[in-house]
Amino acid sequence: MSLTPQDVEKIANLARLELTPAEKAQYLEQLTAVLDYAEMLNELDLEGIQPTAHAIAQENIMREDIAVPGLAIDEVLFNAPKQAQNQFLIQSVLDE
Amino acid sequence: MDYLSLTEARDALRKGETTSVDLTQAMLDRIVALDNDVNSYLTITDEMALAQAAAADKRRANGDDTPLLGIPIAVKDIISVQGVPNTAGSKILDGFVPPYNAFVVDKLEEAGAVILGKTNTDEFAMGSSTENSGFFTTSNPWDLERVPGGSSGGSAAAVSAGLAYAALGTDTGGSVRQPASFCSLVGLRPTYGRLSRWGVVAFASSLDQVGHFGRTVADCTAIFQATAGYDPRDSTSLNVEVPDFEAALTGDINGLKVGVPQEYFIEGIDAEVETAVRTAIAKLEELGAEIVKISLPHTQYALPVYYLIAPAEASANLARYDGVRYGPRAKGSDMIDSVKKTRALFGAEVKRRIMLGTYALSAGYYDEYYGRALKVRTLIKQDFLDAFEQVDVIACPTSPTTAFKIGEKADDPLAMYLADIFTLSVNLSASCGLNVPCGFDSKGLPIGLQLIGNTLQEATILNAAYAYEQATAWHKQQPTIGGNL
Repeated sequence: MSLTPQDVEKIANLARLELTPAEKAQYLEQLTAVLDYAEMLNELDLEGIQPTAHAIAQENIMREDIAVPGLAIDEVLFNAPKQAQNQFLIQSVLDE
Repeated sequence: MDYLSLTEARDALRKGETTSVDLTQAMLDRIVALDNDVNSYLTITDEMALAQAAAADKRRANGDDTPLLGIPIAVKDIISVQGVPNTAGSKILDGFVPPYNAFVVDKLEEAGAVILGKTNTDEFAMGSSTENSGFFTTSNPWDLERVPGGSSGGSAAAVSAGLAYAALGTDTGGSVRQPASFCSLVGLRPTYGRLSRWGVVAFASSLDQVGHFGRTVADCTAIFQATAGYDPRDSTSLNVEVPDFEAALTGDINGLKVGVPQEYFIEGIDAEVETAVRTAIAKLEELGAEIVKISLPHTQYALPVYYLIAPAEASANLARYDGVRYGPRAKGSDMIDSVKKTRALFGAEVKRRIMLGTYALSAGYYDEYYGRALKVRTLIKQDFLDAFEQVDVIACPTSPTTAFKIGEKADDPLAMYLADIFTLSVNLSASCGLNVPCGFDSKGLPIGLQLIGNTLQEATILNAAYAYEQATAWHKQQPTIGGNL
């Protein structure tokens, strides 16, 4: 497995993580070690084997479409770092 | 009083020999006296606990006798208790107060339990030692310089040190069974779907499950019984009948077929652990079980499969921590930059697993890593289904070693991951598993026997553990910490 410093940069950006140069170097080494270890899965012939996403597969389970009380607005917003007018407040995303 | 078992405390309450307020106050006093050394609790909910205890005593005076009425217990700090901070061991949830109870906490309250506090965990349950907690490391009550195991190490240490009669944890890859092994406790990981995950902070959703700690099999069974059940709010919880697990503890295992998988006695396993586990299996035979050699041929692949699937699911689950709706928020040059700066609050192991999972799911690598891991998961699951055609229970070690020293594996993620090598397969398959104490090594550190059962067969493994426990005295030994104050 040849993970490059550019791969680490790319993954960090996809995961919305800002890494220090020291972290980048460390993760390059450690992720390479784990991925090398995972190479052993290539020994297996997986032709025709179905994937298992859940140990106990369940079909979609539908409930009756009946309104039930949810949390009050003040409970929902209680943990918000910033809020105004019953909404979560964030930095502007689009240029004004 | 401190080392009464849960069932003994329940008897004392029923006979009127003590009150919940007295039991709770004694526990809170003991926590104040000892938890500076053990560091098992992140939050102590003393006022709430005493109010719940007083309410429990009142309910009992009115003729109520629910299963855990007035019993002080602990809850891992990844399971929501309304109005009490829930950090999941992470600075990114510092200050977060859940507005509702987890399903299992509602069930505990229905059963009358008293919640003493929230216990320490590796950040987002990622770890095997509590060293990844964003706040502090918990010590093993049997040797304070050693880890209690993890990720539910706070719950394990609390119950082991006599700072709670029982506790809830979570087990995604062994996070209940491995700390139970390190701390000489009974620790159960029920079948996926036996309990609802509603209100439990998600790590890897196809593997996560609430589990239970007790100092005896009966104690563990009592808290498991009280919290099991279907919940329409968790679409993966199973709408099946919950048996009377406590009634299933007969101690009779005559004719029980116990499989011993050759792949679990490998190079690298501590010799004292192997001897203790083999001796325990011989004891099961003496008690009437039939021992059968079996093979779980894909065992060696469980570790790489787990460390691709769990981080992949974690990278998706942890995308929600962006500082918008809860938790601290850092200010950056724009919205994306703010999210990145906020996510700098994640610890090293969490970032490592998010990176690994993001890579395993990324374009060009999905089939090679995640897709391949899901297929091998099918083979691992099939190993267990085949084995349970031949046997009722599988017996093996819970952990290849006893508790290691704090700091010993902190810089080597792969070495740390190997601590879970015997527990991961239960989570990947549709099995249930538990740890029951089976001895001590020459350093006086606990050793655990793992018993694995087929889907929804918790009663079978609990009864096998009960039979073993009743024939041995390991559960009667307590760590010397604090003595009997």
